[in-house]
Amino acid sequence: MKLPRFSRKTLCIPYAVFLVFFIIIPMCVILFYAFTDKEMNFSFSNFLRFFSDPTKLSTIAYSIVISLITTVICLVIAYPVALILARSRLKKKFVILMLFVLPMWINFVLRVNALRELFNLLAQAEALAWLENANIFKTVVGMVYDFLPFMILPLYTTMLKIDNSLYEASADLGGNAFVTFFRITLPLSVPGIMSGVTMVFLPSMTNYVVSDMLGNAKVTIIGKFISDYFGNDWHMGSMIALVLLIVVFVSTWLTGGFKSEENVRGANL
Amino acid sequence: MAEHIIELKGVTKYFGENLIIDNVSFSVNKGEFITFLGPSGCGKTTTLRMIAGFDLPTSGQILLNGEDISALPPNKRPVNTVFQRYALFPHLNVYENIAFGLKCKRVLNTYRNDKGEEYTKKEKLTKKEIAAKVKKALEIVDLEGFEKRSISTLSGGQQQRVAIARAIVNEPEILLLDEPLGALDLKMRKEMQIELKKMHDRLGITFIYVTHDQEEALTMSDTIVVMADGVVQQMGTPTDIYNEPANTFVADFIGESNIMNGTVVGKNKVRFCGKDFVCVDDFPANEPVDVVVRPEDIRMCAPEDGMLAGEVISVVFKGIHYEITVQVGKYEFVINSTQSRKVGDKIGMTIAPDEIHLMKPHFITNVYDGVITKHNTVRFGDGEWDCDVTQLYPGSYIDEEEYLITKTGEKIDLTDTEVRVEVGLNDIEISDEEDAGGVMGHIISIIYKGDHYRLIVRTEENEEDYVFSTEDLWNENDYVSVLIPKEKIKLTLKPKAKEDDAA
Repeated sequence: MKLPRFSRKTLCIPYAVFLVFFIIIPMCVILFYAFTDKEMNFSFSNFLRFFSDPTKLSTIAYSIVISLITTVICLVIAYPVALILARSRLKKKFVILMLFVLPMWINFVLRVNALRELFNLLAQAEALAWLENANIFKTVVGMVYDFLPFMILPLYTTMLKIDNSLYEASADLGGNAFVTFFRITLPLSVPGIMSGVTMVFLPSMTNYVVSDMLGNAKVTIIGKFISDYFGNDWHMGSMIALVLLIVVFVSTWLTGGFKSEENVRGANL
Repeated sequence: MAEHIIELKGVTKYFGENLIIDNVSFSVNKGEFITFLGPSGCGKTTTLRMIAGFDLPTSGQILLNGEDISALPPNKRPVNTVFQRYALFPHLNVYENIAFGLKCKRVLNTYRNDKGEEYTKKEKLTKKEIAAKVKKALEIVDLEGFEKRSISTLSGGQQQRVAIARAIVNEPEILLLDEPLGALDLKMRKEMQIELKKMHDRLGITFIYVTHDQEEALTMSDTIVVMADGVVQQMGTPTDIYNEPANTFVADFIGESNIMNGTVVGKNKVRFCGKDFVCVDDFPANEPVDVVVRPEDIRMCAPEDGMLAGEVISVVFKGIHYEITVQVGKYEFVINSTQSRKVGDKIGMTIAPDEIHLMKPHFITNVYDGVITKHNTVRFGDGEWDCDVTQLYPGSYIDEEEYLITKTGEKIDLTDTEVRVEVGLNDIEISDEEDAGGVMGHIISIIYKGDHYRLIVRTEENEEDYVFSTEDLWNENDYVSVLIPKEKIKLTLKPKAKEDDAA
C-alpha cells in the first residue's frame, strides 16, 4: 500500500476543519435563519420587518453614532501621544508605551466593573450627581477606556516609520511646523489612522458589555439587540447580525481596509 | 576681494558629553565649490547640519552674509540641502516634491494703489509661476516629463536628480550636499560628479559638499576643508592640499605618501634614512620632523647615481602606473612610476628638493594629567600604573608605611598629589592579551613611517589617546592592552593651584 505523502498542505487540515465548522457552517446557518420564518419556510419577512421598524433602524444609527464618538475621542487623545512618543529620543519610551498597553492585559469585565464602581462612587458627590443618569456619557467613557490602546499602537508604529530626514527636508524647504504637520506628518500617518479607526470603530459597535454595565441597560446598541433577539426569535436575530455584517463590510471598504496588507500593520497586538 | 557668504567663528558642538566639533573657524567665498573632507565621525556632516540649521552650535557663531544665523531655524535660512538618502516625500509625486519649497515661499510684490502710492504685499507664488520653475528645474537635472511619476518608481540616480531639483528650484544662496553620491554605483557617481560640477558653473551659487572620498573632493572642489576629530586639519585648493599637506594626517588621508621620521641638520637640510637631503622647507636645526614624499615624486635611476639605493621587493600593476616597493636598508619606500622594474632589481632613487615636505610632528611625547594614589601608583589616561614616585623629590625614598621621605628627612603623604605624566613615543607597548596592561583600548590610527608604524590607541571610557611607535603590524580597530614599563613613566609635580581661588 502506498503511504499518503505528507506535504505542507497537510498542515492546513486543522485550520480547514476549524474554518468549515466555526465559520462557514455558522454563516450558512445565519443566512438560513435570516431568510426563513418560524415554519422554516423561505421568506423575506424578517428583512421587511427590520427595515420597516423605526426602532431597529434607529438602534443601528444610534450604535454608529456612539462608535463614531468613541473613535473620534480615541483619535484625538491618541494622535498627539503617539506622535510625541514616536518622535522623542527618550530611551525609556517603551515604558510609557507599556503603560498604555498594560490595561489590555487585565480582564475586560473586571475593568468595566471597576469603572462602574468608580462612577457610582463619584455620583455620591453632589456636584457629580448628574453622573447617575449620564448613561451615554458613561458608555462612551468606558468604550474610550477600553479601545484607546488599539488606537495608539497602530498610530505609533506608523509614525515610527516616518524617517526623521523627511521632517528635516520639509523644514529645509521652508516649511514651518504647521506646513510640516499637514503636508508630511498627517498624510504619512494615514495608514495608522485607518487601521486605528477600524480597530476601534467596529468593536465599539457591538461591544454591548460596556453599554450594559455602564449605561444602566438603557443604552441599547446593536450588539445588545442581537443578543436579546436570540432569546426568542433566532430569525430576527440572524437578520440583524447579517445587516451588521454588511455595515462592517461597507465601512471597512470605505476606509480602504481591503486595499493592501499595509493598512493592517500595527494591528499586531 | 571675494565676499564671504558664510563664516564660522569658533563653532563648538557637543552631543551630550561628546565633543564633536572643536572650535572650528573658516569662511567660504561666494560662488565657491567647497568640500568638507574627512573620515567618518570627523564632524563634517555635523558642520553641514549646523549650517543648514538642523543642529545648533553649542558655542560660536555662524554668519551668513555677515549676519549671525546661529539660532535661526532651518525654514528661515536661504540654504537648501540635498540629503544623504535623498529624503524625498514618498506620498508626493516628482512634481509635488519639487514644488514643495515653492509652495512654502512668500514673495514681496510691489503694487500701486489709487493714490499712486507704492505698497508691498507678501504673496504666494501663482500656480503658473510654480509650474514654470519646476519645469526649469527638471530640465536642469535632465528629467523632463517625469512630473507625474511616483517616487517609488524611480531609480537611485533619478531620485538623486529629483532631490537636487527639489533643492535648487528654491534658488538658495547656498546648496548643501551631504554625501549625495554615496548610494550610487561607481560609474553613475563619476557621471554625477561631472554633472554637479557643470551645474555649479551654470547656477553660480555656492556649493558646500560633504564627502569621505578624497578623489571626489580633489576632482570637484575649488576649496577643500580636511577635517579629523572635529578639527579643521587643513583648508586650501586641491593642489595645495595634495602638494603641501599641513600634517601627516592630511598627507596620509589624501593620496599615498611615504612618511618618515627625520631631523633637521642645517639650513634647508634634513636627514632621514641615514642620508642628508636638500629640501625647501625651513625648520630650526636639530628639530625632529615628519618627512613626507609622494610616491610619484621619487625618480628611479641607476644604483650608483641615486641619493638612496635599494632593492625592489614588489611590483604591482595599477593600470596607469606601477606601484613599486623598494627596500632601502630597514626602510621601505613606495614609488609610482610608468616604468616597470623586476623584483630583486637594484635601483637608485632621487628626490627633488621641492618634493621633500617637512612637517612638524603631531606627537613628540604623550602628556597626561595624573593623580598619585594611596599606594604610590599613578592614575592617568583611564588607568592606574605602577611608577617610581621618588623621582618627584630627588634623593627621596619610600618608608615601610608607604610615606615618601625626602632628602632632608621630611615625611610626605603623596596621596592625591596632582602630577604631570610624560611617556615617550617609544616607551609604550601593546598586547592583544586582555588585562595584560594598565588599560584597554581600540587602535584608531595607523600610519606607516618607512621602518615602523605610528599607532594611536584610544580608551573607551574617557577617550584618552596613547601614541607610540611599533615595528609590528596591527589592524585598525583591534582591541588591545596598553603596557608601560614602570621606569618609563616620567612624573613631575604640577605647580600648586592657588588656594585662594575658591574664595
